[in-house]
Amino acid sequence: MSQPAGALPGWANKALLPALNIISAFLVTGIVFLMIGESPIEAAKIMLYGAFGYQEGFGYTLYYTTNFIFTGLAVAVAFHAGLFNIGGEGQAYIGGLGAGLACLALDAYLPAWILIPLAVVASALFGAAWAFLPGYLQARRGSHVVITTIMFNFLASSLMVYLLSHVLKDPGQMSSSSREFAEVAWLPFIHNMLAGMGISFDESPLNVSFFLALVCCVLVWLLIWRTRWGYELRTVGSNSTAAVYAGIKPAKVIIWVMCLSGALAGLVGVNEILGVQHRLLLDFSAGYGFVGIAVALMGRNHPVGIVLASLLFGALYQGGAELAFDMPNITRDMVVMIQGLIILFCGALEFMYRPLLVRLLSSKAA
Amino acid sequence: MTVHTSQPAGSKDPASAASSPPALELINISKRFGAVQANKNISLSVPAGTIQGIVGENGAGKSTLMSIIYGFYEADEGQVKVDGKVCTIRSSQDAIRAGIGMVHQHFMLVDNFSVIENVMLGAEGGALLRQGREHVRNELLRLGREYNLEVDPDAIVGELSVGLQQRVEILKALYRGARILILDEPTGVLTPQETDELFRILFSLREQGVTVILITHKLREIIDATTQVAVMRAGEVVAHRLTAQTSKEELAELMVGRKVLLQVNKADAQAGQVLMEVSHLCVNDAQGVRRVKDVSFQLRAGEVVGIAGVSGNGQSELLEAMSGILPVGSGTITLGGASISAESPKDPAQLRELGLAHVPEDRHRMGVVTAFSAKESAILGHHHYPEFNGKVLMNQEAILSSYKEKAETYDIRPRDPHLKSANFSGGNQQKIVLAREMEHDPAVLLIGQPTRGVDIGAIEFIHQRIIAMRDAGKAILLVSVELEEIMSVSDRILVMCDGQITGEVNASEANERTLGLLMANAQQEEVSA
Repeated sequence: MSQPAGALPGWANKALLPALNIISAFLVTGIVFLMIGESPIEAAKIMLYGAFGYQEGFGYTLYYTTNFIFTGLAVAVAFHAGLFNIGGEGQAYIGGLGAGLACLALDAYLPAWILIPLAVVASALFGAAWAFLPGYLQARRGSHVVITTIMFNFLASSLMVYLLSHVLKDPGQMSSSSREFAEVAWLPFIHNMLAGMGISFDESPLNVSFFLALVCCVLVWLLIWRTRWGYELRTVGSNSTAAVYAGIKPAKVIIWVMCLSGALAGLVGVNEILGVQHRLLLDFSAGYGFVGIAVALMGRNHPVGIVLASLLFGALYQGGAELAFDMPNITRDMVVMIQGLIILFCGALEFMYRPLLVRLLSSKAA
Repeated sequence: MTVHTSQPAGSKDPASAASSPPALELINISKRFGAVQANKNISLSVPAGTIQGIVGENGAGKSTLMSIIYGFYEADEGQVKVDGKVCTIRSSQDAIRAGIGMVHQHFMLVDNFSVIENVMLGAEGGALLRQGREHVRNELLRLGREYNLEVDPDAIVGELSVGLQQRVEILKALYRGARILILDEPTGVLTPQETDELFRILFSLREQGVTVILITHKLREIIDATTQVAVMRAGEVVAHRLTAQTSKEELAELMVGRKVLLQVNKADAQAGQVLMEVSHLCVNDAQGVRRVKDVSFQLRAGEVVGIAGVSGNGQSELLEAMSGILPVGSGTITLGGASISAESPKDPAQLRELGLAHVPEDRHRMGVVTAFSAKESAILGHHHYPEFNGKVLMNQEAILSSYKEKAETYDIRPRDPHLKSANFSGGNQQKIVLAREMEHDPAVLLIGQPTRGVDIGAIEFIHQRIIAMRDAGKAILLVSVELEEIMSVSDRILVMCDGQITGEVNASEANERTLGLLMANAQQEEVSA
């Protein structure tokens, strides 16, 4: 009847607990740094400076953040419907293909204000299509979406290798990539936009898709908590029997939620292909889809949390790269380890400190 | 100062001779969860060889108290004495060692193990099972003889009836040397006949000197089975009574803290036209097992039709088929001019549009979404109605004000519309569901187990609401495993057993015996009169 573990106040649950978890992860990281003979304090300084300390570094941080917001939102939307979409990686990859194909086919004919929206839609549609099949198989055939989305990641990867080495390859190039798009298909860089307004900002890959990501956060929040479709998807996610009772068809919801999730992941293609690379190339998805799972987990599947978690992971990516450059003992793998520790403490051990906090707070209240 | 050993307040029990200490004694037990005081200064003394009843509404602290005795929780203050000696019980192992056994409301049995394997689980007596198995077999035979508790030791537990499974639970406790047996709501899943059988077992345990603690919310069982009873309200024991010196009415009043109407006051039914008809309906469950077999009946305006039966005899599937959740196997359902059959199915949303409302049997599984706020649970199934929606976004103000209105009319407590549905008591969750289903002016109302896990005060209210709906000319189907409820609320009673309707009785002529026999589908000629 009564729960043995008391409830925590909202602020402790939403802020204090994650903060403690992150601090623990960094403490363990510090111990590892000591073990290999590097100063953790020095390393922390380098990482912080690398991620936030100067304009170019900060630009990179926000550029990574953009990708994580897209993939984090993708995981979160599916999660609210009770689905675990592991396929963000493949959906992002194929989303990029969609944007790329639109540009390769049309950049000679269309002006930017038509071409770019078209390419954005194409990346969302391609991502959605790549998630539709796993969704359909889950809804109609009961094939578990975790398994199928993982397999679709491999399919996406093979498909892209084939396309880029046989079909879309730029004949004059050694590398497996397409030709560069005409400049009409390029998204504006933030540093160029700021320069236009008379503000100087160092060059970085940060482009307008960052704002698209923020808009998506608002739209996702509205969808999940303010529309009847969101109501239905949350009902299916928290109690599918009750959903059937209410006349909601879980199969239908599962299919469209997976499409939506895939579309959000597909938008990574906008940032990467339209924003930065300006051509199609291999492996531009670079694990963003997988990190999106951790981001959603840390951000409690809420858009605000996802923005914060994305910023954290963006800073880790950028600061970590800087660290690997400045401290020869520390490789990029070390950054992966820090990520792993954060996921371990925030995900697997999420409630480790909870009983302690409950005791502390209730004894204070009593 | 009294000369005698301490006695529970108000108790002058002849069974507890002054010489022998009480089997179980609780002294000033308190337990707090955060801000909630679950148990407050509870003192209770249970003489050896008696049956102690504990009654109280949901949330009164009965389960917490038992969990303290059985070592799931530790009390913040107070002492537990077993046979006069202070006992520190930190885990269920400690409790078992002290001779306390527990039969949980939901059985803790492994369905595909045999009786022997279930009994020896956790007490295997070594790495190899063979020795233990022989020991258990001998013990089971001995206990069976001693307490009239015969069970086939090699039977697979999943194949036993619910009554026999419960017997296995009791045997498990006795095998571990229990001298004090706690039963938590043991009769919820039993037929009246099985309940009588259980009480017979309890009496024979009592004769052998075992002390029984019976936790229940059914007052009749307290009156029938116990020696003395403690009434709990809001975490405190508010009264000790000798069962022989109290009555259902007094206990109900003590539990709720005010006078309660146990009988439903209602005028005779004015049955009107047929609003829903079921004919030759067969329904299969998700596993393809036929659960409803050739069932036919009519629901008329202004009439409550009750369906009695032991749970699991097809009532759930009948309700789910009638509300569009399970597909119709064969036969037809007629509602609001539409005919529903295997060839032309309708989903729950379509049936709702035809004027059907459905209060599902299992609130947590279907009635509310526990993760949702109360106002969100209160529109489940109605969420697509234009009144709650704008063009794209839902109309939050409409949802809120509609909830506030319902909360007021149905006295849902607390009023907070943003509180998670899970944090409401059973009775208030049920009020959310009832308000939702009744307020949209349905023609036909299907109600499953309306008062399961609901406290007495709310039961009274819910029954009055059902009767008010009836008097407003709705056709109502009431499915319940509580015979008292079926008999007091319905006008006409159908009894289901093994998917079939085994009898129809007018409520005014029904009694527990005839219904019980129909529920077991036995000796039909006896009740044909």
